[in-house]
Amino acid sequence: MTGYWGGVVWGLGAGVLVGISTILGVWGERKVAGHIQKRYGPNTAPVFGIFQLVYDLLKLLTKEDIHPKQARRGLFNIAPLFMTTPIISSLVIIPFAAGWAPLDTSIGILFFLAVPSISVLGVLFAGWSQRNTYASLGGLRGAAQMISYEVPRSLSVLAVVMLAGTMQPVTLMGEWRIWWLPVTLIAFVVYFIASIAELNRGPFDLAECDSELVGGYFTDYSGIRWAMFMMSEYGGMTAAALFGSVVFLGGTWPLSGVLGVLVLLVKTVLLVIAFMWAKWTFPRMRPDQLMATSWKVLTPMALVQIVIVGVVIAWL
Amino acid sequence: MTNDAQGTAAEIVSDGPSVREMVVNVGPSHPSTHGVCRIITHLDGEVVTEADLVIGYLHRGIEKIAENRTYLQVVPLTDRLDYVGSMYNNWAYSRAVEKLMGITVPERAEYLRVITCELQRVASHMMAVGSAGNDAGATSFFVLAFWIREQVVDLLARLSGSRLTYNYVRPGGVSFDIPEDGWVEDLRALCKKTPAALEELDRLFFGNVIAKDRTKGIGVLSAEDAIAAGVTGPSLRASGVDFDLRRDEPYSVYDRFSFDVVVGESGDSFERSRCRLLECYESLRIIEQALDQMEPGRTTAPSIPRLIAPPAGEVYERIESARGTLGVYLVSDGSVRPWRMKVRSPAFTNLSVVGTLAVGHTISDLVIIVGSFDPVFGEVDR
Amino acid sequence: MKAEDLSERLLKEFPDLASSFSIDKGEAVVTVSSDVVHDTIERLKGFGFNQFEMVTAVDRGENLEVVYILHSLGMKVVIWVRTFVPRDAAWVASMVDLYTAADWLEREVYDLFGIEFRGHPDLRRIMMPFDFEGSPLRKDYVDENIIPRPDYI
Repeated sequence: MTGYWGGVVWGLGAGVLVGISTILGVWGERKVAGHIQKRYGPNTAPVFGIFQLVYDLLKLLTKEDIHPKQARRGLFNIAPLFMTTPIISSLVIIPFAAGWAPLDTSIGILFFLAVPSISVLGVLFAGWSQRNTYASLGGLRGAAQMISYEVPRSLSVLAVVMLAGTMQPVTLMGEWRIWWLPVTLIAFVVYFIASIAELNRGPFDLAECDSELVGGYFTDYSGIRWAMFMMSEYGGMTAAALFGSVVFLGGTWPLSGVLGVLVLLVKTVLLVIAFMWAKWTFPRMRPDQLMATSWKVLTPMALVQIVIVGVVIAWL
Repeated sequence: MTNDAQGTAAEIVSDGPSVREMVVNVGPSHPSTHGVCRIITHLDGEVVTEADLVIGYLHRGIEKIAENRTYLQVVPLTDRLDYVGSMYNNWAYSRAVEKLMGITVPERAEYLRVITCELQRVASHMMAVGSAGNDAGATSFFVLAFWIREQVVDLLARLSGSRLTYNYVRPGGVSFDIPEDGWVEDLRALCKKTPAALEELDRLFFGNVIAKDRTKGIGVLSAEDAIAAGVTGPSLRASGVDFDLRRDEPYSVYDRFSFDVVVGESGDSFERSRCRLLECYESLRIIEQALDQMEPGRTTAPSIPRLIAPPAGEVYERIESARGTLGVYLVSDGSVRPWRMKVRSPAFTNLSVVGTLAVGHTISDLVIIVGSFDPVFGEVDR
Repeated sequence: MKAEDLSERLLKEFPDLASSFSIDKGEAVVTVSSDVVHDTIERLKGFGFNQFEMVTAVDRGENLEVVYILHSLGMKVVIWVRTFVPRDAAWVASMVDLYTAADWLEREVYDLFGIEFRGHPDLRRIMMPFDFEGSPLRKDYVDENIIPRPDYI
């Protein structure tokens, strides 16, 4: 399905996917955290802790949507949309099955790298519109961090694009060979770390770090608007994991058809769990250390990877 | 008395932030102030140029209330001072009363006091180390540290009947003897298995490269500054000053145990937190020795009247609490109520250096520095 | 170190303190008048009392007693320095220039007892709100919010 109505349908579908992934993500995160922390919690609650999920949803939906008096109302209201919409739209280029993507475009990879970056605007809007020092600091930190980590993230994907010779995700997934994995391993590591930072998740969650800035750029948000920030975080995590499995892990490889979709989902879930594992294991970094990691470690690593891939291509 | 010097809260906030500066009001209710402390922070970008600590939000006037209570009624009040280490407050106060009255405490009670206070030290340090880690974002470390604390607190609850405010050490002895339900065996088992758990904590946080980056070289307090500022306890020892009241001016039966005093070198946030963790091993050693040495006997001194009226005079008694030198200055006028009780709280003096230490660091480091001094605001504000 | 040993060493160094030195319940106490308390503590600091453990006040009716407790890490002993100030003109010299620890401790005494520490760089209230009036720990402090406790004993 293409054209205007196609966009509407796939957009809605992606929205539903983000919603589901948020619900499952919150649930999974609680379970992962409970296991890592060896504590009684959702991992021991009855029926797989599913009731906590229901209570969570009910709480978020019924909570009062508070508008701080001093907030800039318009920007305050639309900031969560700026966070969630780009994440949802970026999902349409993902090839969910071998040879098929909702939007099969030749610049799909560029699209995925570019569109979620619009959420920087959401971070800035949210941080500035609340007129609250914690939120301003959080918004500035978040914007700086997301823009800096764009660079290593894009460079790491470039390595695979060079090997495949295309920017079309469907073709790339079809071209993918198992020996690409060891060759692009550095790029995969860079992509993984940069994605965590891009999503403002721990150990790089300094935009929202609760121990310093209370809630960062969403300090004053509550109820459904706060839930939209959560949606952007978990949806973004799912999108990053999906994209990572397609680009670096071969997507549906080695199977095709319905089984291939299952393989892709398993790879995605494993990556999401790895994201959660990192969050619950490591302490948080400091802003200047975070920037140093991006520019002094990850970017050179990604550049080295591009050189390696170039040598490999020349050697072939 | 003039009011000129005091100013008002509003004046302090508007006190000179230039165009480049941003004033962030950290607290009074903030996740990382470990209680209710307000830090008026002037920021240049992310760098703190001035940090003014405003305390007193938990000031309940315990020293004033104590003047209207009888000597035994004050003991539960002292629980509420340092609510993470209530045993120490009980003990320091009890020692002051005992010295005023000239009571000799039975030996078994002294051993029980040592055991409970060393258990309390483990519990308190686990809280301190865990929340210092939580300030740096290590949530799992915090929960795992609390897991150890939980086991210790369970044991204390079985002994004294309460988990936080024990009211266990009283003038003349302790309130209960050891229960007959295998408490000693459980305590010995805890002493056996806790070092392995502490080892795991040590590797999880203090061996982590991000945690080292975050805490090493942050808030360095030199030995001279620490002594001049009255910093005591693990915070002082982390700066390289080898002093521990338990060893150097032994009170109670501490001269009968062999234990090492953990001394750091650099005096930064890393050392302060790690010294606390390492002290837990020594506390467990002391508990094991005390269990071996303890003999049956009385747990309260004979013939303590219900209504104590010590002879007039002043005493000052100090013990080594988890945060440092805890002193109780007690003045009696010969009546049944204290004329004046002053608590020299270690957290108060330790916290007073934070404002100067934080200058030049970023706001992320500010919370690390506050956490590394382990302030408990029940004790700071009293 | 015991207070007796301390008195021997201290009085050899400063014979003029002999009249004001006493030992009370095993603690060394120096009682001086309020105008020389700064000098005394400065000399004691030179003698080796490097930690300013605490300062507090006691309401003694006519006068307020100010008690300094100093600790020596090297000699492992404490010494008390006591002085009396009149109730209505309560002031002593600040010790902040000797020990930085005195900063908050003196602010606390100023707050709760209304004793002015002259020379203190930042004498503000610390425990009570900034706009509070009165000195709560003085025995004659009255407040309409105080409910007298019934005498149950």
